[in-house]
Amino acid sequence: MAQTLYDKIWQAHDVGQRTDGNSLLYIDLQLLHEVTSPQAFEGLQLADRPLWRVTANLATPDHNVPTTDRDKGFAGITDEIALAQVVTLDENCKKFGVQQFEINDPRQGIVHVVGPEQGATLPGMTIVCGDSHTSTHGAFAALAQGIGTSEVEHVMATQCLVQNKAKNFAINVSGSLAPGVTAKDLVLAIIGRLGTAGATGHTIEYRGAAIRELSMEARMTLCNMAIEAGARAGLVAVDDTTIEYIAGRPFAPKGEQWDQAVAYWRTLVSDDGADFDQILELDASQVAPQVTWGTSPEMVSGVDQQVPDPQSMSDAVQAESARLALDYMGLEPEQPITGIKLDRIFIGSCTNARIEDLRAAAAVIGGGRVADTIKQALVVPGSGLVKAQAEKEGLAQIFIDAGFEWRSAGCSMCLGMNPDQLGNGEHCASTSNRNFEGRQGYGGRTHLVSPAMAAAAAVAGHFVDVRELS
Amino acid sequence: MQAFTVLEGFAAPLDRANVDTDQIIPKQYLKSIKRTGFGDYLFDAWRFTDPGKMGMTPNERALNREFVLNQPQYQGASVLLARDNFGCGSSREHAVWALQEYGFRVVIAPSFADIFFGNCFKNGVLPVALDAEIVDELFAQVAEGLQLRVDLAAQTVTVVGSDSVFEFHVDSALKQKMLSGMDDIDMTLAERALIEDFEAQHRQRQPWLFRD
Repeated sequence: MAQTLYDKIWQAHDVGQRTDGNSLLYIDLQLLHEVTSPQAFEGLQLADRPLWRVTANLATPDHNVPTTDRDKGFAGITDEIALAQVVTLDENCKKFGVQQFEINDPRQGIVHVVGPEQGATLPGMTIVCGDSHTSTHGAFAALAQGIGTSEVEHVMATQCLVQNKAKNFAINVSGSLAPGVTAKDLVLAIIGRLGTAGATGHTIEYRGAAIRELSMEARMTLCNMAIEAGARAGLVAVDDTTIEYIAGRPFAPKGEQWDQAVAYWRTLVSDDGADFDQILELDASQVAPQVTWGTSPEMVSGVDQQVPDPQSMSDAVQAESARLALDYMGLEPEQPITGIKLDRIFIGSCTNARIEDLRAAAAVIGGGRVADTIKQALVVPGSGLVKAQAEKEGLAQIFIDAGFEWRSAGCSMCLGMNPDQLGNGEHCASTSNRNFEGRQGYGGRTHLVSPAMAAAAAVAGHFVDVRELS
Repeated sequence: MQAFTVLEGFAAPLDRANVDTDQIIPKQYLKSIKRTGFGDYLFDAWRFTDPGKMGMTPNERALNREFVLNQPQYQGASVLLARDNFGCGSSREHAVWALQEYGFRVVIAPSFADIFFGNCFKNGVLPVALDAEIVDELFAQVAEGLQLRVDLAAQTVTVVGSDSVFEFHVDSALKQKMLSGMDDIDMTLAERALIEDFEAQHRQRQPWLFRD
């Protein structure tokens, strides 16, 4: 029978179905960070259980680390509670023998940037992490899912997850993205269509000509936000782009094993005629640069549109949500999106802090400068290696010359666990993934956009349509 | 894990769709390395009007008297009545820990986000999905004091003092686990031989996945 890509990966990891219908799914790689692992390590120790397979784990601190003073190591963390969490990860990794890219290691970074960059993320794998944006790794045709801390502990102890198989959701994207329009805009447009619960209970596979044209970085951006449509996992089938990206990376197979692996990876595509439970068709050429105006990623419009009027919405719950959102965001119905004034700019996060993202942002700046009305414009590379690469290419200097702050790697202002936060009532053009109330700081107002849109907004002081820049 | 069999308690309403885990427990409280101590910060940005910090007690905070959970009639509620897609966003299990520690053992909503839904079952909190019309009906009654009896074995929600009984669906494996309070890891380790066999075959098929 014709199988989807998801069916194939699931079958290759299905240890066995229990009489109750649930399956034990074998996990190849668990990524660990400081926020969701301490309680899991503690649970293991209390029950005197070992890690099932030590080398199936890879750790790095990312959520809490400051993006300044990193040469000081732990001493650079001024928040004592955050410090305790980062130190606890370090101690646990040493105690259990888990490989960790420590706070001052050049390979440290956001787990979802580090895994692919190291070649630790490979096609056909099952990957978990106590972080919902684990879906990012699906760009490599890996079944990658975010899990809670109890499940982190379960995988540590058993190398398995207990799961019911999800349904298959095909998102077929035809055509090509217009110049200046990116994977970020595409995924925001998809979430706008589906809603934040549209793919609940499903694994998304992004398919079609437009997806095949995308780089691995862009595919990661797409899969990263699958969770924002409710799907635990997003997938893209293997092609030459996938294999070329992995070749030569530190953790990637070598020699004869490489050839053997590539031969297998080539099979990681949905068969012709495979059955999907749901299908969404989209034409990439119709997608405009997107800007969120509300407090949920589904509250999104093209940059050339206006903030919607809740009174014109037919669904009562949706209208009430929009009204609450506009109230929180301090926006008026029918206000042009380009008229929204901004206070801060954040270019970073597991969604958009890879080298290609930084190149796109730098290209838009040209010789411009951050507008006087912008209080702060941050660029936070996704890893130490992305940072070094951007410095080598001269991108860092473009940002610095324009008045951006050039920081060290971490999750930073995406969720504001470290000192990088929005002030009360401030509007931020952010390349991150969630515009929830208070996400980037207490009372902060987030507008999700692509790196190019964020950089252009930094220079203008408000949103502009990057398609109109020469 | 705390077992769940039958709960009888009052309901409190949270009339918003897409309540995300950032709202249930904001990030400033995720720095703890413990599983406890989150209840005081449940729905923090809605319950209080000041930005709180880890370690502050509710007495030190500025209460938002308008927020529904701060209203006198909902004190001591153990059932949270919510709207679609409850618990979306971040995978943080801290959200469930906070709900449980605050006193909620049941959340009733038309739908839940996947990761949150799974996390509930690891902690003895029962997420009950009922049809949107039934949830509407419960919301309509909640202000007058809605006492509910939630029976997991029977898979029913009963409005106490009335003949309204609503059945709900629950995965049979999750149900058994909740009823008994069984430890997930012990259950899986009972199948150790099966996992080891699988792992040996998997290693043979895809040796490049193993760094040891």
